[in-house]
Amino acid sequence: MSSSTITATHDTVSHGVDHEHHDDGSKTLLGFWIYLMSDCLIFSALFATFAVLSNATVGGPNGKELFDLSYVLGETMLLLVSSFTFGVAMLNMHAGHRNKVIGWLFITFLFGAAFVAMEIHEFAHLIHEGAGPDRSAFLSSYFTLVGTHGLHVTCGLIWIVVMMDMIRRYGLNDAVTRRLSCLSLFWHFLDVVWICVFTIVYLRGVL
Amino acid sequence: MSSQHSHASGADHKHANHGSLKSYIVGFILSIVLTLLSFGCVMSGAVPHDLILPGIVVLCVAQVLVQLVFFLHLSAAPGQRDNLSIGVFTVLIIAIVVVGSLWVLHNMNVNMMHPAPAMSLGNAG
Repeated sequence: MSSSTITATHDTVSHGVDHEHHDDGSKTLLGFWIYLMSDCLIFSALFATFAVLSNATVGGPNGKELFDLSYVLGETMLLLVSSFTFGVAMLNMHAGHRNKVIGWLFITFLFGAAFVAMEIHEFAHLIHEGAGPDRSAFLSSYFTLVGTHGLHVTCGLIWIVVMMDMIRRYGLNDAVTRRLSCLSLFWHFLDVVWICVFTIVYLRGVL
Repeated sequence: MSSQHSHASGADHKHANHGSLKSYIVGFILSIVLTLLSFGCVMSGAVPHDLILPGIVVLCVAQVLVQLVFFLHLSAAPGQRDNLSIGVFTVLIIAIVVVGSLWVLHNMNVNMMHPAPAMSLGNAG
């Protein structure tokens, strides 16, 4: 009798705990959001550094001579489209269309990879012209800021590939859905950072 | 009743979180328009030089807000209030870091005796 009471109590308790825990991953998402905000602080420090050093060219080339705005507009469009296609993938995830999610993630990956390729090409071009990160404080801060963003996008690309494989293996279960939601936040967040990058680094740089 | 209530708020929360194809399309179109306006401001040369910097900053802020609302689904809805307050706090810290750095180092540049462009503006004292 007493043991059955204990079991019953235990059941209630564990059920209660389960119920608390089963919140469709909103706690995980909150935690991930806090990570993103701390990432924001990294970027804000890099932006502040860039803003302070933007005139420190020590006779080297400045932004006006280096930046090609139509090229940057191309990069921006790639990232914007990838953000939208990721949104479509998330809508398909909530509708439970597994293959469509993989398809849209693949399209997102292509646009993201094209963005990274354009950025690597841009960096290679700058270094080839003698405007590498060792040329001036302005260029050091430029490469650090834009490179950190590019590194984030690269991590996002790797994460997309991993998620595509997880969806293929396990389907759209709770864990996969939760991770995709985090990746969605991450990807859109990178787009928001890029808006600040093209405004402050490139547009302001050619003024 | 309480469980019904929590279920209803859960459904609301879900709805608020996911967005719809329409909201993604609206956000996408707004982002493209704002991006083109930003680049147009600088590239076209049609905008007076003094207005370009304030213009692109306003467009930047507008686009960040558009993306936060339409893509990241940030709102004052009950399920998003935590995210929103953390976000607002982060904006405060960012403002302190960025504005503080610019302010302090601008002051330093003005007060240092070195031939920087800033020197010609300040009185060399």
